[in-house]
Amino acid sequence: MTRFLIRRLIQSAFILLGVSVLNFALMRAAPGGLVSLYGDPRISPATIQRLEEQFGLHDPIPVQYLKWLGNAVRLNFGVSLIDQRPVVEKIGERLPATIQLSLAAMVLGLLGIPLGAYAALHRGGLGDNVIRLFTVFGNAVPHWWLGLMILVISANTVRLFPLGGMYTQGDGSLVDRLWHLALPAMIAAMGGWIGYSRYMRSEMLEVLGQDFVRTARAKGLPERLVLLRHVLRNALIPVVTIMGGTLAALVSGSVLFESTFSWPGIGRMAVQAAFQRDYPVLMALNMLGAVLVILGNLLADLAYGWVDPRVRYD
Amino acid sequence: MAEVTQPQLGVTRRPAPGVVWEARPSPGYLQLTWRRFRRDHVSMAALGLFLLICAITLAAPLLVTHVLHTDPNTQDLLNNFAPPSPRHWLGTDELGRDTLARVLYAGQVSLRIGLVVAAVSLLIGVPVGLAAGYYGGRVDDAINAVIQVLQNIPGMFLLIILSVTYRPDPTLLAAFIGFIGWMGTARLVRGQTLSLARRDYIDAARVLGASDARILFRHILPNLTSVVTVIAGFEIATGILLESGLSYLGLGVQPPTASWGNMLQGSLDYVTRAPWLVAAPGAAIFLTVLSIFLLADGLRDAFDPRMRG
Repeated sequence: MTRFLIRRLIQSAFILLGVSVLNFALMRAAPGGLVSLYGDPRISPATIQRLEEQFGLHDPIPVQYLKWLGNAVRLNFGVSLIDQRPVVEKIGERLPATIQLSLAAMVLGLLGIPLGAYAALHRGGLGDNVIRLFTVFGNAVPHWWLGLMILVISANTVRLFPLGGMYTQGDGSLVDRLWHLALPAMIAAMGGWIGYSRYMRSEMLEVLGQDFVRTARAKGLPERLVLLRHVLRNALIPVVTIMGGTLAALVSGSVLFESTFSWPGIGRMAVQAAFQRDYPVLMALNMLGAVLVILGNLLADLAYGWVDPRVRYD
Repeated sequence: MAEVTQPQLGVTRRPAPGVVWEARPSPGYLQLTWRRFRRDHVSMAALGLFLLICAITLAAPLLVTHVLHTDPNTQDLLNNFAPPSPRHWLGTDELGRDTLARVLYAGQVSLRIGLVVAAVSLLIGVPVGLAAGYYGGRVDDAINAVIQVLQNIPGMFLLIILSVTYRPDPTLLAAFIGFIGWMGTARLVRGQTLSLARRDYIDAARVLGASDARILFRHILPNLTSVVTVIAGFEIATGILLESGLSYLGLGVQPPTASWGNMLQGSLDYVTRAPWLVAAPGAAIFLTVLSIFLLADGLRDAFDPRMRG
């Protein structure tokens, strides 16, 4: 197991290296050079030259990259171009909000598992069809737009949910915060609901058709035990594998969800940094995103090895 | 023919007197596929809906001038934020422009972007997948390594950086979105190629002296068309969803060009004054993506019928 972990960590390091090279290349390849992207026609060429030297843009590109890499490994991602504060500090302010939202969404998303199980057990019934319909519609509708529509209803009729933010001014109580978290978490969890319920349903149907289930029933095991001890455990195995993908989708989707609900997290920060052309922040956020995705996949693989006794990691 | 002999059963069948049996070629793969597709009512409805959407967006200029008697660019500032009425079926926006007309024109942009996304994803993904599946070995390892790196970057973050650095027009934007998604295509094509390339008839072709190129083009690629068609369908829909998300943030299609996504861009400001501005473009996206997904699902089931849950 330790050897597997070490191998995966080395692999992840290489992947991160590749991501950083790609990032760096994309931004240095910007047409017109980094500083001229600020597009202020009043800047004289001499000032541009001076700024470029100051930022070290006249060094050969590999040198620039290595300098950046050397700093990045020490978690020094430079300072924001907008307010000169260290990037790490700015991200640190916003990261907890995103983690809160993502955790809530992941936990809520797990509700899809019992939904899928129910659909499989009552196949063809009303519940099954409703769940499948929900899956089809949920795949096609942009989730952030659905959140917007619920906000529309909230704004114009009954105030079901607050219109944004993490808490209301003057009231930071737990209830208030939970009420603010409710809708964003549900919208973010929709991906999980749809994915898990679909997978769980098809896996359970497959497991239910297997011989060992017949054997268990023939042995006289109460149906409850047949389901709990045999069917569910086997059906859960592949479902665990998509947990990594769910985290990746959450990281990606956080950009949209946080903007819709004015949630002060790193997704929204990325959009704002994009508009402000704050490249150090964008690079750091990209690396962070990649780290989160890699972590998610690694955890999913570890969970898979733990849940399925046939899989051995060495 | 006047009789049919079945030696394995030891019988000869003849038609009843007065009846004539005709020799007819048995239905081919595509015909069987179409028959299966036709029997699936949901897929047929989805096909109909998708064709309808394509038709009305393509015919937008005609429809807008002759049926609606309006146009997407005319501002009517005295009549802004008008709710839906017989004159403006979906109301007007903040500048008094007719929403329905804008939705139709924006549909052209969004659909075209979806198609370009699918094209780029296939153009990159299919050759890469073919190479990985056919040649295997180190080529496969190298390709898998590249796919691994790219799949570990959250798509939206990469798109944001690309959009900000290069400020792309709609077509280039679609190319970028396709670039984010080709890995999935490559993986599916690789899987299919892996199973096809080990078959006996490929070995036979190679023994007969066929070059790799000929085998790939003449034997493997045609067998991929069903998989590729389904992938294309899903890619179009995903492309529309991604583009609308990006434009909604303000980082995709830039005004004045309208797309369904950027029509939603400022809509948070008008949530109380003009909720139809939020509903209309989103509903358009939803209906289009829904019809494409159902269509692609139906195609997949028609090409490869399995036990459906």
